Amino acid sequence: MKTRVAVAQMKPTLGNVDKNLEIAEAIIEKAQINEADLLVFPELALTGYYLRDMVPVVAMHDEHAVISKMLEHSRSMSIAFGYVEESADNRFYNSALYLEDGRIVHRHRKVYLPTYGMFDELRYFAPGESVSAFDTKFGRIGMLICEDVWHLSTGCILSADGANIMIHLASSPARGMKAKERLDIYDTWENLNRTYASSFCCYVIFANRVGCEDGLTFWGGSEVIDPDCKVAAKAQYLDEELLVVDIDPEKVRRARMYTPVRRDEKILLTLRELQRIAVREKLAYGE
Amino acid sequence: MGNELQINPEVAAEILTRFVREEVTKIGFKRVVVGISGGVDSSTSAFLAERALGKENVRGIIMPYRTSNPDSTHHAKQVVAMTGIQSETVEITPMVDAYFEQVPNADNRRRGNVMARQRMIVLYDKSAELDALVLGTSNKTEFLLGYTTLWGDMACAVNPLGDLYKTQVWQLAEYLGVPKEIVGKPPSADLWAGQTDEDELGFTYREVDRLLYFMVDKRYTISELIEEGYEDPFIRKVFSIIQRTQYKRRLPVIAKLSHRTIDRDFRYPRDWGV
Repeated sequence: MKTRVAVAQMKPTLGNVDKNLEIAEAIIEKAQINEADLLVFPELALTGYYLRDMVPVVAMHDEHAVISKMLEHSRSMSIAFGYVEESADNRFYNSALYLEDGRIVHRHRKVYLPTYGMFDELRYFAPGESVSAFDTKFGRIGMLICEDVWHLSTGCILSADGANIMIHLASSPARGMKAKERLDIYDTWENLNRTYASSFCCYVIFANRVGCEDGLTFWGGSEVIDPDCKVAAKAQYLDEELLVVDIDPEKVRRARMYTPVRRDEKILLTLRELQRIAVREKLAYGE
Repeated sequence: MGNELQINPEVAAEILTRFVREEVTKIGFKRVVVGISGGVDSSTSAFLAERALGKENVRGIIMPYRTSNPDSTHHAKQVVAMTGIQSETVEITPMVDAYFEQVPNADNRRRGNVMARQRMIVLYDKSAELDALVLGTSNKTEFLLGYTTLWGDMACAVNPLGDLYKTQVWQLAEYLGVPKEIVGKPPSADLWAGQTDEDELGFTYREVDRLLYFMVDKRYTISELIEEGYEDPFIRKVFSIIQRTQYKRRLPVIAKLSHRTIDRDFRYPRDWGV
């Protein structure tokens, strides 16, 4: 059975959670009209990205009214979104929730917090400490947030854990002008999404935001890549859009039939070699 | 010009148009004022502003001094006519001359700075009158070389060109339809008769932009820059200019006393609560 996916290429308002809930609810309504089964929002969709000292101000516990609202909405369709999470022990995470039928099915805390160049995430957020796939109505899914995707190891883990759909939530700023039509960053991300789709024989749902914050322009270009590495749907660059497309689990099956890389994956070998390298590195540190 | 500095002006214009529109409107404004000198930078800013906000929301202010090249005003008016933006002319001669009557011995540098700051005063006053923001026109080359007057022509609320080198502004200008005679004329601050940027700097924008690109954007070492064909003294000269003018690119340094000092441990985006 096909799943109708909607990707919300939205423009959050920086630091204004109530306003962002309004924006999200308008999108949810539109997705309902489109009869979407699953709606995916970008990274930090409910808070905006360049928060800096606002991080603790916009952080939400699971009992927060906005989370409750989103849980309610998830009774009509499954929803994945990014926000700032405050844990019971008062750590702040750049997190994503996957909601289904009014409950939290999965929580991913961004593991790789970029802290270089224009990024300063480790200053404000605690890093997540796990990467795992989870079961949903639409099969097994893995969620990664932005920089996580740049570490191919996270995709390997999710693939080994059985993910048939990878959800990439992003807030990616435009950069890297050149003579050609495209920016460097478009290529980097689109190559990553295609690498995941073809290497793991899975669907990739890439939700990137748009809008401007303090001179950073987020570039959108959200897309759904199928397991044959074909573009199932592509949103425009730079402007808001609700991207709607049907995805077909049969395509995952067929791709794996043609290219059974996942069947042949040697998890124990990988584990052994990484273990060996870890031990060696540890010894090197000790010397 | 090496290929490195080539941009796709269409993509740049798409991004910068959205940048101007958003950074102006989201803080509750809808208008900008922009000083139009008749040079390529301010012309390009005006063209971008018209695209972003519509001609009725852009006020170009032409601010000649009695020694300004008449071509400058002519070109500024051409930009106004082409974009259809509103405009007005405010002569800065009476204000500037009133000051220099008190201070007769100022050299060209001081005189130039006073003119640049007088124009800033006019722009900020106009912005208050029109409930508008001041749109900046400085480019990356000027910023890096500090070839600009602190709190003068640098002063603005929103700057669309600050991450484009001069040679890249030329490409964008051409794409936006800025007249050829404006794009092609020798860049000049027009602070005194016959002044040109390249004479004053002692090198051309084409030379220095490529060097700056490798030095700043690509972080090449001096030996790598020499391999790129640059002379050692030129590299060191440009590097020392960048270092020496660093203060112009930062807010004034604040002495830390409390636990939470502005910009050091009090860190919010400019777009805070908008």
